Amino acid sequence: MGSILTDRKNQVLTKKLGASTDIDCAKESLAGSVSQRACVFCGSRVVLYPVTDALHLIHGPVGCAAYTWDIRGSLSSDRELHRNSFTTDLREKHIVFGGEQQLYQSMVELIDKLKPEAAFVYSTCIVGLIGDDVEAICKKVEKEKGIPVLPVQSEGFQGSKKDGYKIACDALAKLVGTRNNKEVSKKSINILGDFNLAGELWMLKEYYEKIGVEINATITGDGRVNDICNAHKASLNVVQCSGSMMHLAKTMKEKYDIPFMKVSYFGIEDMSDALYEVANFFKDEEMLRKSTELVKDEISLLLPALEEYRKGLEGKKAAIYVGGAFKAISLVKALRLLGIETVIVGSQTGNKEDYKLLADLCNEGTIILDDSNPNELSDFVNQTGADLFIGGVKERPIAFKIGIGFCDHNHERKEALAGYEGMINFAKEVYASVNSPVWEFTSRKKQK
Amino acid sequence: MLRNIEHKKSEYTATRNACKLCSPLGASLAYKGIKACVPIIHGSQGCATYIRRYLISHYREPFDIASSSFSEEAAVFGGQKNLNIAISNIIEQYKPEIIGICTTCLSETIGEDLNMIISDYKAKHASEDLPEIVHSSTPSYQGTHADGFHETVKSLVAGLAKKTEPVDRINLFSGFVSPADLRHLKEIMADFSLNFSMIPDYSESVDNPNWSEYKRIPDGGTPVSEVIESANAYASVELGYVFNKGYKAGRIKNKSQEVQTAGEYLESKFNVINHQTGLPIGIKETDKFFDILEKLSGNPMPGKYEKERGRLIDAYVDGHKIMFGKKAIIYGEEDLVIGLSKFLAETGIDVVLAVTGGNSGKIKPILANSNQNGQEPMTIGDDMDFEDLADIAKDLGANIMIGNSKGYYIARELKIPLVRVGFPVHDRFGAQRIHHLSYRGTQELFDRIANALMEYKQENSAVGYKYL
Repeated sequence: MGSILTDRKNQVLTKKLGASTDIDCAKESLAGSVSQRACVFCGSRVVLYPVTDALHLIHGPVGCAAYTWDIRGSLSSDRELHRNSFTTDLREKHIVFGGEQQLYQSMVELIDKLKPEAAFVYSTCIVGLIGDDVEAICKKVEKEKGIPVLPVQSEGFQGSKKDGYKIACDALAKLVGTRNNKEVSKKSINILGDFNLAGELWMLKEYYEKIGVEINATITGDGRVNDICNAHKASLNVVQCSGSMMHLAKTMKEKYDIPFMKVSYFGIEDMSDALYEVANFFKDEEMLRKSTELVKDEISLLLPALEEYRKGLEGKKAAIYVGGAFKAISLVKALRLLGIETVIVGSQTGNKEDYKLLADLCNEGTIILDDSNPNELSDFVNQTGADLFIGGVKERPIAFKIGIGFCDHNHERKEALAGYEGMINFAKEVYASVNSPVWEFTSRKKQK
Repeated sequence: MLRNIEHKKSEYTATRNACKLCSPLGASLAYKGIKACVPIIHGSQGCATYIRRYLISHYREPFDIASSSFSEEAAVFGGQKNLNIAISNIIEQYKPEIIGICTTCLSETIGEDLNMIISDYKAKHASEDLPEIVHSSTPSYQGTHADGFHETVKSLVAGLAKKTEPVDRINLFSGFVSPADLRHLKEIMADFSLNFSMIPDYSESVDNPNWSEYKRIPDGGTPVSEVIESANAYASVELGYVFNKGYKAGRIKNKSQEVQTAGEYLESKFNVINHQTGLPIGIKETDKFFDILEKLSGNPMPGKYEKERGRLIDAYVDGHKIMFGKKAIIYGEEDLVIGLSKFLAETGIDVVLAVTGGNSGKIKPILANSNQNGQEPMTIGDDMDFEDLADIAKDLGANIMIGNSKGYYIARELKIPLVRVGFPVHDRFGAQRIHHLSYRGTQELFDRIANALMEYKQENSAVGYKYL
């Protein structure tokens, strides 16, 4: 483990029976460590990104908006305002004289032209420094234009990506409960923390509707401002990607007494649990029966197909490095179903509870990492002999350069990986990644 | 005929889908072209990560860029402590030969004095064998990624170059082009028997072969010693017309301070004669470049390039009917737009709209004379974004778009082909290997454009012609 910087030693753990599973986490990234994390702004931006009928205006110089243009594969069933990149594009004169006029003007013009249902106004690093009163301008425009205008105070240096999630949740919480213009049944839920990548949300919606559950608001995948404003009318919040959305669920519990449950839609086990737990919540026999039926139908189709893939994957080793630790937990289980053992698992934003769960779940010797970097990841891949890496765009070249398979499980992907259908896609992709003939030519395999 | 359009700010205040990126991105790429260099972006963690992600999606290579990871405390009391930690951690992890630091909007606004911070760091670690540490000023509220790139090349030279003994060598400042272009430029230099130093040279460092084991710092890049010796070269060749001149636009602070390119700096400071010519795209611009090389080397154009030039002219002739009178929209960095525009004018294609996010003010006078045989007026817009482009394009009846991949959504809307060139190309494969420069690069562009037009005709024809 020569590659770990002294100040990061406690953010890396090797699972040993009986040993402590305590890991240092939820802290700011170490300067010069080449963290894979982004910033507070990124956290807020990715969470709010899929609200399709809102204006997302980024107050700052051009970069922050340019790098987040169409960054997620979040699909919309209606408007696609979210797929644009709007920015006040601050110049030197604004830095010197202030950017308030620029912000006001930009907002008014865009709202007049695009007629959004709401506006999110993101503050980037520089805004706090030049002292623009973003809140006051938002209030003014809200009054003039008659739509909710929400400041998202996400200056990049004010913590980590995770703090950005919280700021985004606070902005959403301001919308929740502001309208009562929608009929919502007693058996309805809000889906929190699914971002409708590759239309995954639509698959989930179909499952839930099949068992008799109505979906009220989807936050934020394929999200609509009006649904979010009516979100307090649902009976239950079902929260995936708990790192980003738990704060909103807790706020809604406090304010509207809406209970919440944590679920995951990745892998057969977790997907099925997500249905059963909702059915159990409603204490509805019919719903439970339908869930059992649905799960049975899906699994009877799925298992034989998975078995084929499993044959070609049994005994392989995987490294996982993703944004949220809760997803990592599901991935460990899903990979196990395919006969693959996880030898490295880490996340950008996990908390102690997540890492404890991971440690309990993983086999002896598994390396657990918080806020890692390319050097550690490549060293551990080397050390463990992993055959497959699961991560995002920034991890892809690490895997490919040393000649092992890679699967994108990040927010840019265009393949659905959630639900039963997603499990087959996942198995297919893992199989193709591990068994491609190209590894014959990479030097790492040649040496074996 | 040139139809100028008024500055877009009269209509829209916001930038809607920017046709530019911020300057630290260009700075990072320039630093990656120096051997064993690790860039540090002095700002929030997000700047480094976003820029890495953006570059990785284009080059499909590891792209380690460190951050000084500003905290709230750093934003208030200064980032020196964070930058010191970053430098030490980079040295420990990477053992670089050089560290290239670029600033951001955040660190510039709080007035970080990098000269002071770096000399302080060096003084504190005087007993250690430290790498070179250089810095460039690249606040994202000034200029674009292209400006950041050229400003950093200038800063590298200004920070390192030292006059000692003359060397029999020229400096080649190639500009923001593809790794394939850089490799080709090196081949051309070698064929002219010219000793040269290309600054920066990321032809390998962002396009490495597959590895047997992970390399913390990819191979390739201009050796630091060559940057130091750039003051001793007998000449420089700089490709571009605009470079970092966009840094002048909208300046309030340091208004009187002249913006110099790397070549201009070396000429004014060390009398290294500077030859500037635009990106060699198209026959005339490439001829100009080769003329300079002939002069500097004393050698005639090698036969290989005479033939490439001849084949290119042959292709111009064979394809002239496909090209003539077709209307093109081009966009991207100012120097690329100028190069493409000059090339297309040679083929009979009319550039009806040329758009850039850059704001140097230089592009209009340069292009004013370039579409000689144009049947159509040419609209040029600088400091524009993609939505401006889309608004104007609606009524132009263009046949083709040529530019980076971010314009795809407009081409899709207009139902016309897009030929992807430049940076970034995030939705196609092999962006590192696209040639743009010299006769060979022009040939590749010509073929791709002709084929895109032919494919369009074939796909939209009621008859599935087997010959076109």
